[in-house]
Amino acid sequence: MSRAGRAFGQRARRNEDYDLLTGRAQFIDDITLPDTLHVAFVRSDLAHARINSIDTTEARKMPGVVAVYTAADLGDYWAPGPLLVPPPPVKRLEFFERTQVPLAKDKVVYAGEPYAAVVATSRYLAEDAAALVYLDADPLDAVIDLEAALAAGSPRVHEDLASNVAAKVTQFKGDYGSIEQSADLRITQRFVYDRGTAAAIENRGILAHFDPKAQKLLVWDTTQAPIPIRGGLARMLGLAVSQVHVIAPNIGGGFGPKIMMFYPEEVVVPWISKQLGRPVKWIEDRHENFYATTQERGQIHDAELAISKDGRIVGVKDVFLHDNGAHNPYGLTVPINSQCTLIGPYDIPHYHSEFTAVFTNRVTVTPYRGAGRQHGVFVMERLLDIAAKKLKIDPVEIRRRNYIPPEDFPKAQEVIYQDFAELVYDSGNYLPALEKALVHIDYERFRKEQQPQALAEGRHLGIGVVSYIEGTGIGPYEGARVCIEPGGKISIATGIGTQGQGHYTAFAQVVAEILGADIKDIHVVTGDTREFHWGSGTFASRGAVVAGNACHAAALKVREKAATLAATLLESSPDQLEFCDGVVRVAGSADKKISLGDLAAQANPLRGAVKPGTEPGLEATAYFGPDRGATASGVHAIVLEVDVETMMVAIKRYVVVHDCGRVINPLIVEGQIQGGVAQGIGNAFYEQLHVDENGQLLNASLMDFLLPTACDVPTVISDHVETPSPLTPLGVKGAGEAGTIPVGALYAQALEDALRPIAPDLTICEIPLSPNRLFELVYGDEKTSPGRENA
Amino acid sequence: MHDETKVQITVSVNGETYTRLIEPRLLLSDFLRHELKLTGTNVGCEHGVCGACTVLLDGESVRSCIIFAVQVDGQSIETVEGLAKNDTLHPLQELFHQEHALQCGFCTPGFLMTLVPFLRDNPTADEAAIRQALSGNLCRCTGYANIVAAVKKAVESGVGR
Ligand code: FES
Ligand code: FES
Repeated sequence: MSRAGRAFGQRARRNEDYDLLTGRAQFIDDITLPDTLHVAFVRSDLAHARINSIDTTEARKMPGVVAVYTAADLGDYWAPGPLLVPPPPVKRLEFFERTQVPLAKDKVVYAGEPYAAVVATSRYLAEDAAALVYLDADPLDAVIDLEAALAAGSPRVHEDLASNVAAKVTQFKGDYGSIEQSADLRITQRFVYDRGTAAAIENRGILAHFDPKAQKLLVWDTTQAPIPIRGGLARMLGLAVSQVHVIAPNIGGGFGPKIMMFYPEEVVVPWISKQLGRPVKWIEDRHENFYATTQERGQIHDAELAISKDGRIVGVKDVFLHDNGAHNPYGLTVPINSQCTLIGPYDIPHYHSEFTAVFTNRVTVTPYRGAGRQHGVFVMERLLDIAAKKLKIDPVEIRRRNYIPPEDFPKAQEVIYQDFAELVYDSGNYLPALEKALVHIDYERFRKEQQPQALAEGRHLGIGVVSYIEGTGIGPYEGARVCIEPGGKISIATGIGTQGQGHYTAFAQVVAEILGADIKDIHVVTGDTREFHWGSGTFASRGAVVAGNACHAAALKVREKAATLAATLLESSPDQLEFCDGVVRVAGSADKKISLGDLAAQANPLRGAVKPGTEPGLEATAYFGPDRGATASGVHAIVLEVDVETMMVAIKRYVVVHDCGRVINPLIVEGQIQGGVAQGIGNAFYEQLHVDENGQLLNASLMDFLLPTACDVPTVISDHVETPSPLTPLGVKGAGEAGTIPVGALYAQALEDALRPIAPDLTICEIPLSPNRLFELVYGDEKTSPGRENA
Repeated sequence: MHDETKVQITVSVNGETYTRLIEPRLLLSDFLRHELKLTGTNVGCEHGVCGACTVLLDGESVRSCIIFAVQVDGQSIETVEGLAKNDTLHPLQELFHQEHALQCGFCTPGFLMTLVPFLRDNPTADEAAIRQALSGNLCRCTGYANIVAAVKKAVESGVGR
């Protein structure tokens, strides 16, 4: 069903914009309570060290200081955090759980780990005092390099474990060993993906207020998952869940790290508030964001592709190391995603994948937009590119030859995905997206005319075309409550948090479609546990899919209630009724109608009697839990130009053809794609966290860790293909991460293409790149480019 | 800090005059946000890079996170709260809404306060100039395209003139 509805499918302008544009929207640090105290965390400068003692005497004497806490002060409250995602049920899996602690006690295991919390009457005073907390610790050798970490005799991040192995997982499909020797061509290659950071423009923060009289805890938290935070805090603090109220206010970008829980600060700040009986606030600063907010993307893959002479994949083998950082509260989500996403849109009969997750003395790794999928896509796409070159097949053609044909869906992949279910692609149709992308990027003409002409003028243009799939919209479930109010307004409450995805509009569109209302009359509340307290959170591109379908189900129930009542009042039958323009009317008789508001008032009489069993109001709650995720897919294509003297890259054209099933709001989806591409460009060509062998981060500021600016990101040409998901009534699939996932692979392919005249053997096997790194790859150790002569 | 070290300043913010006794080290961003409760000005880095904290100081864009409040004594400040008049959005705000130029909206006040003087001084800016002007403000959500589109529309409709 591709036609747009009255509200569903429309490019509706967003309901949330007004508050955000005028400065009225409340972000975490905008919320103030009287008598609030402020916390500064004292963090380790060392990546790995044994703590002898922590001296807080001087700090306690500082003006404005109310308390200073270390692990010792936390008593029984001190405990490692919960394992948020247990390992999936894969046979012979090994997993060693080591989760983060509230404040370091005996050892620090990454630079930035907090070991004390200073509480003062202002943030300024708290930071003054924090500088006077002294840590006496013996430095230990840091575990940074993934391969060295596994060598015998390596220092160990967790000394109670036998090694730095955090997990070992092998999954397979078919029998790679059986075809390995007989394949026409085998390509083996190492690929390295390094870390970046999500760098949401808003840092994290938490404001906790334990009211000792009411014995209630109210917490505002920049979390993508307020409901699990509430449950966890209640358990840790020995409170009933009903005593804890968590609100995720407007959040200035999430991208994954804000779903991590529990961060040390999330555990410590509410506890301090309970100790002191006053509101306590902590707002992360940008440095802390580099040192203490979770990161992603370090992996090393040794991959092998077995392929026939005519370019058909026979099998893939991939063995990789995954940088887990110091702890693994998020279980295996990221490397499992890499493992499962590598298969991509291709028909791969034999697949063998094994990984080792490695503890290192670095900030913990949890999902960041893409969540491991980048790596899998990078490896697979690069293998195909290398094969295409060897076999002298056009890189586009080799992809065409290997796509899973549309008649093969649903397609079982025999491996277990991050949602613990077997990976089954629910639906897909890949070739049309590719063909559309080729038209938009003008592939044939580029190859025949533009590229050779440019080269004749000494300009190096390259083209890239890559494919990807993305498992989206996984379970377990979300819920929503929809209520028509007597004034005619409609309210929707759902549990997931919102970080700019346009939920206030997209959910309103889903409900407006069914109830025939104006989306401007629909008020959405997300992420407030008092409004709705069942659900798990915003992650894995699941908001629109899972919560969206819950809104749909709740709206249908409300419609049924409204129709039953209206039928009585209008002396008609429910199936004769139409919902439109905020009224319910009898089809064909224009004057027989009642407004939704009046109907809601009638549904909640204040006097008189109702029939037994009548539920008041026009309200309903519904839940949606998909069997498994919906598989989105797409193609990215780029034309770029490389300045061969400086290795600066200018993007000439960027195309995304995306299939996220039915689209609730194209404006929002295109915005997600555009923003995702920007983040992907950063990941591919600008953003790398550089650490030295001691685990010291060398570029912990936005001056040194470069986010793309308006001059670096082109306006993406986006187009859609719609293969509705059969798994959900709305047919939608997730779209949040698709923009970022294949960009590294795309850059690599296009850069090689552009640089072929000067570097015919260049094979790009690493991301992130940078102009400097590209220069090194092309010119080796030479200090100046021979570009002038070549040009 | 003791009271005798505090300094009195008087500033006009969005046309209203405020007199406050403050610590000399108080950042202008914190002054606006925490003393005056004008929390529309956001803080993303506190090292002058992201542009989220941009406000107008005597009509010019400045980063309020790298200016001390005492430095603006006697001057006039405009923040995002001053843009909309009587619940009517400033034309640039309206164009941001129409073009979907914001997602989480955290960077948005900084972009607006960068663009108001830019459009005043460059009412006919082309796309390259617009992108250059935006390049000092970081947005992690939108990928900038719709911000550029909004500013182009603003140029077309003569917002700066
Ligand atoms: S907060 Fe001032 S520039 Fe980032
Ligand atoms: S809209 Fe989120 S940072 Fe710009």
